[in-house]
Order: sequence, then structure tokens, then C-alpha cells
Amino acid sequence: MAGIFFQKREVVVPGQLLAEGRYRPSVGTYDREGKIYSALVGLAELRGNTVKVVPLEGVYIPREGDLVIGTIQIVAGNNWKVDIGGPYQASIHANNALRRPYDDDISKYMDCGDTIVAEVSAFDRVTGPFLTMKGRGLRKLDDGMIVRVSPAKIPRIIGRRGSMINMIKDNLNLQTVVGQNGRIWVRAPDVARSRLAVEAFKMIEEQSHTSKLTDRVDAMLKEELAKLESKDEENEDNEETEKDEESEDEIE
Amino acid sequence: MGDFSSETISHIDRHYIKTLLDNGERIDNRAFDEYRDIEIEIGPVEAKAEGSAIARLGGTSVIAGVKVLTGQPYPDTPDEGVTMVTAELSPIASPMFESGPPREDAIELARVVDRGVRESGTVDTKKLCIEEGKHVYLVFCDLYTLEYDGNLIDAASLAANAALLDTRFPELKLEDDELVETGKMMKVPLENMAIELTASKIGEHIVIDPHIREEMVQDCRLTMAIDEEDNFTALQKGGGVGPISIAKIEEAMDMGLARVKDLRKLVLEATSNKD
Repeated sequence: MAGIFFQKREVVVPGQLLAEGRYRPSVGTYDREGKIYSALVGLAELRGNTVKVVPLEGVYIPREGDLVIGTIQIVAGNNWKVDIGGPYQASIHANNALRRPYDDDISKYMDCGDTIVAEVSAFDRVTGPFLTMKGRGLRKLDDGMIVRVSPAKIPRIIGRRGSMINMIKDNLNLQTVVGQNGRIWVRAPDVARSRLAVEAFKMIEEQSHTSKLTDRVDAMLKEELAKLESKDEENEDNEETEKDEESEDEIE
Repeated sequence: MGDFSSETISHIDRHYIKTLLDNGERIDNRAFDEYRDIEIEIGPVEAKAEGSAIARLGGTSVIAGVKVLTGQPYPDTPDEGVTMVTAELSPIASPMFESGPPREDAIELARVVDRGVRESGTVDTKKLCIEEGKHVYLVFCDLYTLEYDGNLIDAASLAANAALLDTRFPELKLEDDELVETGKMMKVPLENMAIELTASKIGEHIVIDPHIREEMVQDCRLTMAIDEEDNFTALQKGGGVGPISIAKIEEAMDMGLARVKDLRKLVLEATSNKD
């Protein structure tokens, strides 16, 4: 009984029969006796004759080349130990962050509690992950705020060719760095807009399995921004009325 | 609830939280004197425990199970039953918790919740005596953390009180030196329920029901047990080595008084359906 037993982007559960016959199992699936089953909770997809399941949840498993945002936990000799979330603690050597010559005490460059943008340079399940900060945009972060989301939702937050994240940045006038490990750095012109960024990310996290999400997030942001503008105008009007009343008093 | 000031929280987070507080805001948009959403569910382990309850306080979740056994009373209180609160910080609740025998923070949680129950005379232990000097009821309330997102103490206190109210056990009497059931079901004799409220001091700000990230940047916290007559029956300063002035303590106590009736109402509503 060959065939495909799921709809496009259907949510499937572990053990669910996905396909039988001439299909290849890929990420998130396993095969038994010619049948392919899902190994995870996620969205089932068919690419050509490959069946894969994209997980809806999960911790961060590092991959070489990933951009990550981490917090320095420990300074140990010429290395920093960095928390990037997930089951693996990362480490970065001073040679991959600083220009030589550098001081013996590397904590004067980066210390515990500092937040960095770095790239995963090496990782296999035996050693690492190792990070590097030599590269464009890799740096220590100051100010702004860090939003935490599930790493599985990051691709949706970025969107196809950056469509989702760029839409959010344009609407709210933000600077952002999106880490593959589920951490997003946001610098907004004011607190209200940074809260709206958090709202947008939460909305995407909750509805990541639906379609036309970019349009709906866009609509939500525009609506909320309009409310903010009208509140600002109200406040300005109130201030002007107060000033008029004050000057009236003075004349009397 | 424990002292997490040495857990590495990034400077960015620390600075962000403090900036928001200076602007009169909190990271999750609450007012300084506002609790997160509270849900109390009773009887989740009805089959195994004489009483049980889960309390959810925002993202924090604690389950309390009450077992009633019989045993000998303490020699200095021969006509009183025994109540005991224990707590376990299970690793499922947080990556900061390890498995193994209870460490300082678990013991502290148990002791602080126990103080709330004990000092207000919540359980009338004189009514838990079967035969003076020989047999009394032993009421054990065991707390297990399920999810830690800040303020375990208040969640644990709500769960413990609800579980005690939910508890039903068979009444026993002595017949020919043996304990036999009388056929009646008893409740735990509860008098004056004290609710615990915890406020965090961050800089010069007092915020009630701290979120986990607020706990990580706090100078210290104040836990207050308030009974039905609005008496403060127990106070504990913990969660950090920073000082707190009398004026700030009074500010925290005012916040506690404003909120305690709402919390107690939630516990009573959740447990009112049981006969």
C-alpha cells in the first residue's frame, strides 16, 4: 500500500505513519520495514521523494556557521566559556576574538555577564562548540535587550530571505541581531517599540505553523503603532491645553 | 527564592530590567503590586494522597501532596499531632536544580512555607490527637516544584494551603490497643490560614511576585505570612545579601496587605466544592 499519508505541512506526532514505498526518510523521521514514520512532533514535508519532519519545538543543537548570541559565564586562562543555551556550553579562545598582542588578563576585554554575537566555528558531539568573533558583525553587545524564543521558531522569525524580520525592523525602526540559538538582540528607539517587537516574536512563536503569518504580524504592528501615535497626539494636545490655561491665569 | 545573585545574568538583561523599573515598568508589563495569573487545581493525585493541589503562578508551578499517617507525638507536646512541610526542587523545574538530597535552597523553601503554616496556627494540632502520649495523626505536606519561573515560595504556599483544605482521611480510634477506622472521614482541622506573599527589592524599587529574571537581579526579597486578621505571623528576608531599610519593609508590607485577601479568596474558591 504505497503512498504518502499526510497533507502538506500537517502537524504530525512521533510514531505517525508518513509514507510507504519509494520514499527516502530524512531529518526527523525513521524507517521500519519500508515504512517511514515521524520521530518528532512537527510539520511533515515532502521534497521530491524525501520525507522530512521539521520540529515544532526543541533545544538548540549547534551547527557550524550558525550565528549565535551568548553570555560569558567564566573566564578561564585564554578562553571564555559562553552560555548559548541548549545542552552544550560553548568556548571561545582569545585568538579568535582579539587582535594580538593582547593582555594576559583577558577579562579586561570581555568579562562575565557580557553578551556577544559570535559564529560557531566548529562542533561535533565530542568537542565544542567553539566560537569565533572574527567576522562581519561579530562583536560584544551593549544596551538594547535580549528576547528569548524557541530555537525551532527562528527560521520563521527570519522568514524567507529575511522577509519577516525585515518587515518587523521597518515597522518599528529597530536594529536587531537574530541568533540561531533562540536569542534575539533588539535595539528600539523607545520602550513601547521594544515591547511591540516582543509581541511580534511571541505571535510568530505561537502561530508559526500557520500561513500568511507575515501579513498578520504586519497588520498587528501597524494597528498597535497607530494606537501609539494617537496616544502621543492626545498627550501633546493635553499639554497644549494646559499651557493655554496657564497663560490665561497669568494674564488675569 | 534562593540566592541567585551569582548566577550569571547578562549585563544587558540586568540593565534592561533596572531601566524599566526606573520608568515604572516591569519586564512582563505588570504593575509593581500586581501578581501574575494564578490557577489552583485540587486533587491531581487523589488516588495516592489524602490531599493534593497544584498552584500555578504565571510560569511557576508547584504541586503539594498531603499524606496523613499515625505515629507517636513529640515528647514535649504529647496531646498534639504533628505537621511537617518538606520540599524538593526537582530538576524538571529548572536547569539550575540538581537531583539528590535537598540542598540549602530546598530546605529553605520547606522551612519558609512551614513557618507560614505553623506560626499562624493554621493547623490546630490539638485536634489531631488520638490518644495522648501514644497515638497522633502526622500530617505531611510534600512540595514538588514542577516549573520554576520565579517566586516558588508564594506558589508553594498556595499549593500547601489548598492541599491541606483538600485533605480527607479516615478517622481512627483506639479499640483494644489497636487503631480502627470509625467510618467517618475527617478534614485537617484548619483555623487561621496564613498566605505568604513575597516582594523583591531591586535598587530602590519593591515589586511583588518576582519573575525569575527579577529574582536574579534582586538585592534581596521579603516573604510575609499574613493571617485572616491581617496579622503578620512570619517574615523572612532572603534571596540575596543586599540590605533593606525599615521604610522599604513597610512598603512591602503595605503591598502584602493589599493583596492577601485576593489570594486567600482564590484558595477558598478552588477548594469550596469538596464536601
